[in-house]
Amino acid sequence: MKKLVILGAGTAGTMMLNKLSNVLDFNEWQITIVDQFETHYYQPGFLFIPFGIYTRKDVIKPKRDFFPIGINVIMSEIDVIEPDKNRVILMSKVVLSYDYLIIATGAKIKPEETEGLKDKLWFKNIFDFYTIEGACALATFLKIWKGGKLVIDISEMPIKCPVAPLEFAFLADWYFTEKGIRDKVDIQFVTPLSGAFTKPRASAVLGDFLTKKNISLTTDFSIARVENETKEIVSWDENKIPFDLLVTIPTNMGDESIARSGMGDEFNFIPTDKSSLRSLNFENIFGIGDATDLPSSKAGSVAHFQADILTENFLAAVENRDMTAKFDGHANCFIESGFGKGILIDFNYDTEPLPGKFPLPGIGPFSLLEETKMNHYGKLMFRWTYWNFLLKGLELPIESNMSMAGKRL
Amino acid sequence: MSTTEIAGKTVEIDADGHLVNMNDWDENLASEIAKLEGISRLTERHWLVINFMRQVFKEKGDAPSIRRLTKESGVPTKELYELFPMGPAKKAAKIAGLPKPKGCI
Repeated sequence: MKKLVILGAGTAGTMMLNKLSNVLDFNEWQITIVDQFETHYYQPGFLFIPFGIYTRKDVIKPKRDFFPIGINVIMSEIDVIEPDKNRVILMSKVVLSYDYLIIATGAKIKPEETEGLKDKLWFKNIFDFYTIEGACALATFLKIWKGGKLVIDISEMPIKCPVAPLEFAFLADWYFTEKGIRDKVDIQFVTPLSGAFTKPRASAVLGDFLTKKNISLTTDFSIARVENETKEIVSWDENKIPFDLLVTIPTNMGDESIARSGMGDEFNFIPTDKSSLRSLNFENIFGIGDATDLPSSKAGSVAHFQADILTENFLAAVENRDMTAKFDGHANCFIESGFGKGILIDFNYDTEPLPGKFPLPGIGPFSLLEETKMNHYGKLMFRWTYWNFLLKGLELPIESNMSMAGKRL
Repeated sequence: MSTTEIAGKTVEIDADGHLVNMNDWDENLASEIAKLEGISRLTERHWLVINFMRQVFKEKGDAPSIRRLTKESGVPTKELYELFPMGPAKKAAKIAGLPKPKGCI
């Protein structure tokens, strides 16, 4: 029997489990998945919780609902991976040996990395929306908030879903307008980047949206600490921005078990070949999703495209064939822009987001880099697609590699 | 892309003013680029950062993040911002003759 161990049953791990369970022969393979939590969170839904559009129950399902039969499930935290011994030690002291290992341990926020962030004001005037706890606490706060200075601050790149902070700003503009207090809320978007977004053309378009919505943009601001007494964020070069409500996107890092195993970079992300998705250091280890150090976006759509590539390359590797499938960095993101509209972007390592129609060239129904109602419906429909198709590893009518068809240069 | 003359040397630069070819770089050139960036004199601490950046770039094909700079070069973040005001990662990369850091996604 050959043993495959998948670490992490989030979006990427669950998809790989389903895809490989469909093609590997259970007479030859024993497949084990490890995770410490029973609940699967639909993370793209966290964005809607602070504004009362979704509640907790809209974004959770039991992980086990998405596991195929005939595989082993172990609910435990990971202590350490020992790649030289081909084994994983769990916190429950169980030792798992493997022939092949897929690491899908994800990324999470680490507010502790910034001085004063997780301090007296945490969940009082400072909230995140990248955790269920943060999103729900912020929803409660916003219900009774009378207005003031709202600062949305990104601590450090890279972060999961790099468009989410912008979506938060756009939705906040809509939310306070609907509440009739938009004139009492000053919205500031603060980023360590030199523009609203990472890719120049999209950055210009999204920057214009910020201006149109009367949201001020502060670029090149790297937060060093939070002054809890005076309610200010302070940059490394001592610039200060006061806030009444700070919505923070803290530093994102990989799982601590990766650090304990000495396998990660400075963010605990796994050095991974950006095209084949194999570990740069170990032949029988692969990485997928947010856990890797790939220069692609950390997002579910990206993990989904990677899963197609990794399935092909994994099968090639175990059959001693050349790994020919190449991940191109493809990402596809719906950006909620408020007032029932959305923007869609589609890009990869080499091609930045361009205008056009998607997925059918010239037809759509979605419009790229443009604000439409249809894009907003696409975003809402995606939750259904996620639970019913994506996690189960079923085919979607979108190519894993990016297509130039329908895009305008 | 265009060419320009820095420290009596004709070099190719990209749209952001970074050297196209890192082999055009030498220490004189670095000092001149630093002056253009408002740093009048490169100290030993500056050189520590610059050399570390070039070494990481040769290994990884991209300039290091501030986090990695701090962790491995031994220069604290606060000092990095004093040495290279207004964005040490970008500014140090420019002086080190490297492309603008991808900074990812």
